[in-house]
Amino acid sequence: MTSQLQFVRLLQGPQTLGRGPLFWGATGVALLAAVAYPLLADGYTVGNTVYFFTWAFMALGLCVVWGYGGTLSFGQTAFFGLSGYTYGVLTLNFGAAYGFTLVALLASLVFSAAFAAVLGYFLYFGRISGVFLGIVTLSVTLVFERFMAQTAGPEWHIGIARLNGYNGMNGMPPLTLPWFGGSIVLFPDVGLYYLVLALLVLTYLGLRILVNSKFGNVLVAIRENPERAEMLGYDVRKYQLGAFVIGAVLAGLSGTLYTAWGQYITPSSMSITAAALPIVWVAVGGRGDLTATLIGTLAVLSAFQALTIYGSQYALVVMGVLLVTTVLIAPAGLIVTFAKFVARMRRGRKEPA
Amino acid sequence: MDFASSLFGFLYQCGDAFAFLVLAACGLAVIFGMMGVINLAHGEFIMCGAYVTVATARAGLPLPLAILCGALAAGMVGLIIERLVVRQLYDRPMDTIVATWGLSLIATQGTLIVLGSSMQGVGVPLGSFTVGSYSYSTYRFVLMVAALAILAGLYLAFNKTRFGILARATIQLPHMAESLGVDTKFVYSMTFALGAALAGLTGGLYAPTMTIVPAMGGTFIMEAFVTVVVGGADIFLGTAPAATVLGVVKAAMTSWQGQLFGQIGLLIAVIIVIRVLPKGISGFILRERS
Repeated sequence: MTSQLQFVRLLQGPQTLGRGPLFWGATGVALLAAVAYPLLADGYTVGNTVYFFTWAFMALGLCVVWGYGGTLSFGQTAFFGLSGYTYGVLTLNFGAAYGFTLVALLASLVFSAAFAAVLGYFLYFGRISGVFLGIVTLSVTLVFERFMAQTAGPEWHIGIARLNGYNGMNGMPPLTLPWFGGSIVLFPDVGLYYLVLALLVLTYLGLRILVNSKFGNVLVAIRENPERAEMLGYDVRKYQLGAFVIGAVLAGLSGTLYTAWGQYITPSSMSITAAALPIVWVAVGGRGDLTATLIGTLAVLSAFQALTIYGSQYALVVMGVLLVTTVLIAPAGLIVTFAKFVARMRRGRKEPA
Repeated sequence: MDFASSLFGFLYQCGDAFAFLVLAACGLAVIFGMMGVINLAHGEFIMCGAYVTVATARAGLPLPLAILCGALAAGMVGLIIERLVVRQLYDRPMDTIVATWGLSLIATQGTLIVLGSSMQGVGVPLGSFTVGSYSYSTYRFVLMVAALAILAGLYLAFNKTRFGILARATIQLPHMAESLGVDTKFVYSMTFALGAALAGLTGGLYAPTMTIVPAMGGTFIMEAFVTVVVGGADIFLGTAPAATVLGVVKAAMTSWQGQLFGQIGLLIAVIIVIRVLPKGISGFILRERS
């Protein structure tokens, strides 16, 4: 009983913003609104909303790696693409019967995690400096994109799944749940919405517990002062590698859900432009906090979607401007800066100077 | 004869890869070595140089002058960017990367909006010559010579001029240099402009050989990163040897399996190198020396 209570207590701690009845009340209201949303909108709009949610996992993962771990990875989209392609190859080869899509989902995450562990071993155990980590992970992503882009010929296939070069793979089955009396196929509609929403809530709460646990506290200690953390006996490399793998799995989850959602995946999902976008979402909201990252990601994505009406190049220019101004004016992120400001005002009112 | 001509062919490919790596990386390496900052808009400075070169060459300027115009234009843009953005972030290297990435997005997409999806290029000058049964582009030799000339020029600039000495003093101990009266801010902004101008020069030099599109900087950026990571912070002890080694790796892999495997070879080489030599070749040499 007490151990259970402690577990729940980790939901709010020193490493996350937001505590107390007001915050959890607001979270509950937001969750209720999200649950009620499909009742108020048509299936097509709900399906589009799922699209926003699929990206949030990658953003949360980057928040752990960058915001909490202090190591900037530019390669999250590599794991996104890797997972998406894995899901595509597996489901095209083995179909969707007997809940195999769920096996493919898990397999794609395992694959991402394994790749991240190998790459991360070389990076973190080589103790390369922060600046280099970013550009090496970005180089990996770019080479991965170029590799996939040149697989247009018929000789590039895995089983019966053609990789199709720059046009990407398509036609893979959506996620399918085996159920009594026939499977439930989760097309981008209400069903998929609830599945992804549930995953998102679980991920968010799980990560809150993680960053407030011992692992998260050590991770933050390393971010603040790696030498001191090392002197206190923590193996810096293992903790950072752990965070990197978690980030990769979440990016992979995004990739697989995206592939299952749209039933396609292309190499351009790993281009340098695509790789910049997660950085924008996380930086604008506030990389140092999970809640700020989540809200920021969804807000920036909606703004991006709204601007794309005028052409994606205009939307991307706005993203660039947003990123530069955030870094210059509010380096901790707009939402985090705002939250700290509000907290200061409230404290100021309580104790008049 | 046959052996000699295929040996020549391989050396030509190595030289070509070396020139590409040196030229792609030199601007990035100058800025990184000086400020410890990676400029992710590096590819866009290259793009800027290429666009200005092609535009002025097509307006009737002779190609060498047009290339200089490209370098100057990129340098000017670099100076402005340094003032507006990079200067605010000197104590935050990670944020500089992020901000320059934002700039890169703005530049690529802005060029796409303003100038369209491609621009008519200029042909490769100087024709070709034949060794054995293969023909080679003469202009590629010009590029190899240009790469060596730039390395030599940078060596002279950093070792023989007053600016170079001030710059090296600023690299070693910025606060000491400042207290001795060096205007370190000026040195930083000049170095950034120099790095940008070198990127523009690269863009101008490669402009005749490439299709001119807004995203063309992306062609260079991975090679530039890899060379700087393998080389480490010092351009002469780092970039030049790194480009030599990686040039051989790239040429061998390319002639074995094609262009893409050249890049994959580079990537694997860099991942192994950072595991063994985290501070790059120059870090290794400097440690041995001390």
